[in-house]
Amino acid sequence: MSIEVRIPTILRPYTGDAKTVEASGDSLTAVIDDLETRHPGLRERLLDEGGSLRRFVNIYIDDEDVRFMGGLQAPVSDGASITILPAVAGGSADLG
Amino acid sequence: MRYDSLLDSVGNTPLVGLPHLSPSADVRLWAKLEDRNPTGSVKDRAALAMIEAAEADGTLSPGDTILEPTSGNTGISLAMACKVKGYRLICVMPENASGERVQILRMWGAEIISSPAAGGSNEAVRVARELAAQNDHWVMLYQYGNPANALAHYRGTGPEILADLPTVTHFVAGLGTTGTLMGAGRFLREHVPGIQIVAAEPRYGELVYGLRNIDEGFVPELYDPTILTTRFSVGPRDAVRRTRELLELEGIFAGISTGAILHAALNCASKAVTAGERADIAFIVCDGGWKYLSTGAYEGTLDEAEDALDGQLWA
Repeated sequence: MSIEVRIPTILRPYTGDAKTVEASGDSLTAVIDDLETRHPGLRERLLDEGGSLRRFVNIYIDDEDVRFMGGLQAPVSDGASITILPAVAGGSADLG
Repeated sequence: MRYDSLLDSVGNTPLVGLPHLSPSADVRLWAKLEDRNPTGSVKDRAALAMIEAAEADGTLSPGDTILEPTSGNTGISLAMACKVKGYRLICVMPENASGERVQILRMWGAEIISSPAAGGSNEAVRVARELAAQNDHWVMLYQYGNPANALAHYRGTGPEILADLPTVTHFVAGLGTTGTLMGAGRFLREHVPGIQIVAAEPRYGELVYGLRNIDEGFVPELYDPTILTTRFSVGPRDAVRRTRELLELEGIFAGISTGAILHAALNCASKAVTAGERADIAFIVCDGGWKYLSTGAYEGTLDEAEDALDGQLWA
């Protein structure tokens, strides 16, 4: 199965500057493990020493935050789009 | 409706149904028109509440200077309240915020200090903190961590929605300072069993995320993820598309961030339809579209609008 993963600028040194990379796996953990085989070092930037998602890293599966979908156990379906983003204040202060 | 002063008229905004965008009689969307506040945005609630809390605890006295990192609406709300109450206001805002916002702030008497565009509001927060450290007599209300911000929604927005829509099943709002969702969300969770509290977070172009180290990110102090049930990331294309649909189908002229919130609300609606469940989905209209005309979001094709918004803080 094929999943598209969008990589933020700050992590592109690990993907040879690619904005998006392909991955496979039926859960977020499996996808991150798969990414690590081709892009070594990426996992350590996403997960802390205890294996949890880092505080300032947000990951979305089809635009939904994985922290509300079971975290690293979140299911991933074929054709899904995963987006990795650093947490920022954004200009979104105006939203509320 | 009569009020003693402009500040007394903050809140108590209309909740209007959206007969054309609602998918069925059982799954309905309701727009909370926060653009009907005195300066035209939801931020009047938090700004007034933060000033009044600071007055009450003695942090703020007449003639004082207030400093705040804001990309627009909070600054505009604070500027209006400061003018009425007699405070000096300095806003720190990213240099890529829209031109209308800067003009409006100056019109209400605020002074503006620009922060670098790269890094978005993260940078504005950092610059404001530095300035506050150098000028210890300036008061920073700090909307990202001020409990009065969330309390304004716990006491106002939440109860107003429940009173107007006792059958509410979903509350959808934008995630910025997180004040609206934390305050109204907490209130609604306490009063409506099983209610879903849904966040819509704008996803910007790459410039805004910049090259910051991933360990230097920012999560507002007010944020408590246990209040939320779902958090959507919405890009500019979907936000613009929904902003235009809201205007086209329901006649509501809203800002682009509202389009992002509507996108999340419609996602909840289609999930309810699929599950065969009834739903009353209340969402926040943060502000009108007037301040965003120069962004290019309201003209041309979606592709053109998406290109125009790249690198801008559109919400």
